[in-house]
Amino acid sequence: MFRRLAGEEAIFQDSNSTPPTVGLFVTCLVDLFRPAVGFASIKLLEEAGCQIEVPDTQTCCGQPAFNAGHREEAVTIARQVIAAFEPFDYVVAPSGSCAATIRRHYPELLADDPKWSSRAEAVASKTYELTSFLTDVRSLAGVKVELPEKTIAIYHDSCSGLRELGVKTQPRSLLGTIENLELKEMEEPEVCCGFGGTFCTKYPAISEVIVSAKTKDIDATGADLLLAGDMGCLMNMAGRLRREGRRTEVRHVVEILSGMTEAPPIAGRQEDQS
Amino acid sequence: MKVQSADFINRSAKAIGDEQLQRALGNVRKGFIGKRAKAAAALPEFEAIRDEAVGIKNHVLNHLDVYLERFEANVKAAGGHVHWARDDAEARAIILELCRKENARTVTKGKSMLTEEIELNAHLEAHGIETVETDLGEYIIQLRGESPSHIIAPAVHLNRDQVEADFRRVHSHLAEERALETPESLLGEAREVLRRRYFDADVGITGANFLVAETGSSVIVTNEGNGDLTQTLPRVHIALASIEKIVPTMEDLSTILRLLARSATGQEMSVYTTISTGPRRADDQDGPEEYHIVLLDNGRSALLGTEFQEVLRCIRCGACMNHCPVFHAVGGHAYGAVYPGPIGAVITPALAGIEKAGHLPNASTFCGRCESVCPMRIPLPKLMRRWRDKEYEKGLQPATMRRGISLWAFAAQHPRVYRFGTKYAAALLSRLGGARRRIARLPFASGWTGARDLPAPEGQTFMQAYAAAKKADRS
Ligand code: SF4
Repeated sequence: MFRRLAGEEAIFQDSNSTPPTVGLFVTCLVDLFRPAVGFASIKLLEEAGCQIEVPDTQTCCGQPAFNAGHREEAVTIARQVIAAFEPFDYVVAPSGSCAATIRRHYPELLADDPKWSSRAEAVASKTYELTSFLTDVRSLAGVKVELPEKTIAIYHDSCSGLRELGVKTQPRSLLGTIENLELKEMEEPEVCCGFGGTFCTKYPAISEVIVSAKTKDIDATGADLLLAGDMGCLMNMAGRLRREGRRTEVRHVVEILSGMTEAPPIAGRQEDQS
Repeated sequence: MKVQSADFINRSAKAIGDEQLQRALGNVRKGFIGKRAKAAAALPEFEAIRDEAVGIKNHVLNHLDVYLERFEANVKAAGGHVHWARDDAEARAIILELCRKENARTVTKGKSMLTEEIELNAHLEAHGIETVETDLGEYIIQLRGESPSHIIAPAVHLNRDQVEADFRRVHSHLAEERALETPESLLGEAREVLRRRYFDADVGITGANFLVAETGSSVIVTNEGNGDLTQTLPRVHIALASIEKIVPTMEDLSTILRLLARSATGQEMSVYTTISTGPRRADDQDGPEEYHIVLLDNGRSALLGTEFQEVLRCIRCGACMNHCPVFHAVGGHAYGAVYPGPIGAVITPALAGIEKAGHLPNASTFCGRCESVCPMRIPLPKLMRRWRDKEYEKGLQPATMRRGISLWAFAAQHPRVYRFGTKYAAALLSRLGGARRRIARLPFASGWTGARDLPAPEGQTFMQAYAAAKKADRS
């Protein structure tokens, strides 16, 4: 499936090196709403020469508690995640938001805990958002995937991935190697979609204004396919696009990168035909 | 400080329904963001200057007492006076007293958010002193009896037609048929009216963007030059500044000035930067005969040494609100506080108490764009989250939300309970989604389904499907 492009040969073809172990952090929204993303992630990581495990003591990264001021509960969940993922060479999540929670916020949450702060740092430093792991760590330069027909796609930069982890070029560079896919840009790809975790239910009217601006921007591109790296944003934009009766197809970026598009899209034409 | 943030939901709903306001807010989004990006990109060392400025401000805040004393000594040496005000009431009293000594009937004012914070205009008016705002935006909202909706663009919520109508109504002595169709003609008319007022004024009151410790100077930056006229024409100049505005040296000032206008309006520098040191000297051409600085604390020193200290680095550029999706949606007035947007969400609870300002740190998607553009690298989302922690500790959150999160957190700490719950939730939601695989109404998630469908789950959780796949693999 993968094109092994120049530069990564060393990593993948060095038979002496044991493949790195990766603990897949599935994320609660993928677990509950979109298992396809979990399977697509495994496929991509395996293709990139990693050995995957999915610890079954994982639940959620604790972000809802952390952002709602329930600090103690967030700390307990953080410790649980750290303990579950310590054994692996890397921790990878198909989500910039959850990866950022582990990478940026766990060390802060546990900074004053002498027993846990170094463990938090250690797990944080090996945690990655999936597309950035593939390109930045595994030096993957492309994927060998072909779409059945010419498709114009746009990529929404989810806030946490973009601003807390610097994910911007990584998904685009991988998408750029997919045949039959033309990548366009929205006018404001970096503007928040208005999801914001519990924000969208606490302040639904404001969230609606923000997501409507986003769907307008999406629609103006005339793209067939909207992609992003976070289920929260995707479900928010997909939910609004459906409510507005728009036909843009919505998928998690790893579904397209892995070529696994058997599951109907989160929103879009295929779903309306069913 | 007047705070009406408890009413945030109603205020924001009103703002969302106001079409004229929504159009005006579109301009904030279109205008400021691109200009800042361009200005930052054109200065290769922009990021390095940010780091330097953060260092300067951190240093000052860690030694604030030293620098304030040095500042005071140098103001005195230059022939000025320093007054210390613990809170808004003291500041109002000091300023009123100074105006009374001067028998002032009219004072001119340069734009100052701090005078908004202490509600100075109302206080002076109540004591028979007329205040004339000289900043164009501030002048417009004074005519309308409103408050600023943005810290650098106070009238950004209005459009040209509204301003024209106000001018025709209030400037009734001017000819009916004069043209007021362009922003320039509006500015021209305001200038003409204000020009006369400058000479009426007995006292000029300004804010200060910075105070320089080594020279005892106060610094204001404007684009209209109104600040200069406000402080040089009257006999007495009073500058009101909060204690954290201090920088050690002129050199430091120039460093931070390079960030201010670029972050705010995308200019390299504001059109006017005025540095005042003491009253006029014998051979000076102009300037006030008396120079007073009122140094206001109003809750700021209580932040020193706490997790909120970083907010005191703020230079009031407004970049955080210019880039905030919530500000774009509801505008400044919805926040019901003097400082709107992300900076307001952090500073309002600090000044007025989290009890009164509870909505503000919650009304953020934590998209982080504010922090990414803040020239002083203030971690605004982190500080908002800190306020949410405080809210939780004090039991101020709505009970349903508190219970909901606790329930979720409990399950998340018990993987087997969690699996059980998600398994049934996935199955149930999937069934509710039906053949079209979307849920248009969900009673306990009406916040979500009010504006959007909920994409239904596939039916099995990933963990279920994965376990099944592994089992199949083995057999
Ligand atoms: S918090 Fe930062 S971006 Fe916002 S006004 Fe202050 S300095 Fe400017």
